[in-house]
Amino acid sequence: MSDEAIRQAPRPAQPSPTAFAWLGKLRALLLLRESPVAMIGAGLIVFWVLVAIFAPWIAPYNPNANDYTALVHTTPSLAHWLGTDNQGRDILSRIIWGARTVLTVGPIAVAAAYLVGCTLGLMAGYYRGWVDAVLMRVTDIILSFPIIILYIIIITTYGPSALNIILSVTFTAAPQVIRIVRGITLELRERDYIAAAKMRGEPPWYIMLVEILPNARGPLIVDACLRMGYTTIAIGVLGFLGLGLPPPDPDWGGMVKDTYAYIQIWPHMAMFPGAAIVSLVVGFNLLADGLREISARD
Amino acid sequence: MRRFFIKRLFYLLLTLFAVSFLVFVTMEFTPGQAARKILGPFATQNQVDILTEQMGLNRPLVVRYVEWVGKVASGDLGYSILYKAPVSEVLGDRLRNTAFLAALAFAFIVPLSIILGVAAGMREASKLDRTISIASIVTTSIPEFVSGVFLVSLFVIMLKVLPGVSTLSTGGGWSIASQMVLPVMVAVLYDLGYVVRMVRASMVDVMTRPYVRTAVLKGMEFRAVVMKHALRNAMIAPFTVILLQINYLVTGLVVVEALFAYPGFGQMVLAAGLNQDVSLVEAGALVAVCVNVATQIAGDLVYMMLNPQIRIG
Repeated sequence: MSDEAIRQAPRPAQPSPTAFAWLGKLRALLLLRESPVAMIGAGLIVFWVLVAIFAPWIAPYNPNANDYTALVHTTPSLAHWLGTDNQGRDILSRIIWGARTVLTVGPIAVAAAYLVGCTLGLMAGYYRGWVDAVLMRVTDIILSFPIIILYIIIITTYGPSALNIILSVTFTAAPQVIRIVRGITLELRERDYIAAAKMRGEPPWYIMLVEILPNARGPLIVDACLRMGYTTIAIGVLGFLGLGLPPPDPDWGGMVKDTYAYIQIWPHMAMFPGAAIVSLVVGFNLLADGLREISARD
Repeated sequence: MRRFFIKRLFYLLLTLFAVSFLVFVTMEFTPGQAARKILGPFATQNQVDILTEQMGLNRPLVVRYVEWVGKVASGDLGYSILYKAPVSEVLGDRLRNTAFLAALAFAFIVPLSIILGVAAGMREASKLDRTISIASIVTTSIPEFVSGVFLVSLFVIMLKVLPGVSTLSTGGGWSIASQMVLPVMVAVLYDLGYVVRMVRASMVDVMTRPYVRTAVLKGMEFRAVVMKHALRNAMIAPFTVILLQINYLVTGLVVVEALFAYPGFGQMVLAAGLNQDVSLVEAGALVAVCVNVATQIAGDLVYMMLNPQIRIG
């Protein structure tokens, strides 16, 4: 986290005139227009979210239905726009339904990491002392472990399932969130408005959740965007290594894995789901970059 | 300085204990599995029980952990059920292969990232900067297995100039050099963007410093300002980041190795995990943590040497 982003963030949260609070939110959305990069990123994300929501209506076929007659011509055709995979399943339908998988598992995992990370990070930064020392040592230990090897150990032992993917992503991402939140908290806790809140006799939980957390939101939003990108890649990698969701439900990384063996004959089968992953990750990363630029500007 | 080393070594030991214990507890969640793996699916439960007892797997977890620590301390990493060979033998081979791949990738990442990062950062918001920045965001957004698919389609299937597998045996008619091209390319492509962005950010920061402005205002040629004044100072901050890439390259190459069937360390850990080969997973985890901590210590040391303002006590 750059120092600059931290310096930008802390502005006392202004109690907005409640009746028109949503107007302020709308204006924050309009800020996106200032950065074309952020707009492209947001556009890609919105596209995939809409695809995921309307999957049952826009997918032309059942994603798990085998059309064995299509195996004669697996390449893209009028009947199957993106062709069929090695089991005669429509690739377009599987990509559309796969968007649902990645856009449920990913956000849940990131939200869980943030829930744990914000709670512990705020406590470490606010109380300092032994709480901080213990938490920092624990995060050190987890962070010194290569993430992908940790995934392999957790998932090969407890079996591949959506819950285990979420748990392992949370376990590896939470320490990083703890670090970031702690860093910002250490800086914010010295502000005058925190001293004022203490003087008023506010309890620590109030100071942490109402005074500190909202003022740390700038860098945290950017980080959450980046983290969604990483998590999308992580889910794809797990799928590719055969540690993703159990078949037959479509998951983009798993689709690449299933068809990679046939790449010599039918390269399109692995290319389309791969391109889908890239477009979503690019969306998250461009949005994060644009947001960072906007927040650095004003 | 001595205190720094002693402290770091102490933390390294602590981390090794914590990590190995965690792996032990996780992997041994169901102790019967190791015997079942050896005997195969058709052995009776009775046979599995007997082997479990012979291997001493029915004793309490803590007893087995302490015994394992004692063995490791005396240099015995155990026996791999998967490869049917001592762990140290399997590990040595695999590590050598991965180190070879990592070194090649590193040799490309370092100069490329410095050139691109400096070119982008020396004139912030210029056309060149925008192009390099966006390109680096896009390349880091491409997971290794996706760029692998596309590069294999291009070079192996369409152009037929490179092999699709890199097993490091020359039996298929492809030289070792040609087998290394695609794995290195995939690793570099994924990792490069991140380092470029770090170098760029540092360069942008340095270019706004007063001494750079002074140099420009006194009429110095822009090229000389960049080479003489900015470059050296801009290299301090990203140096640690560059060193930490060793970490990714040694332990994070699982996907690249899986893509090209490269006989490396990451693929070994994956296979060991899938086959519940506890000794091998443990050894892999220990190596990974050691590499990680060693690069961190090296990073801190280099940082201290480059920047005399920083002292670590």
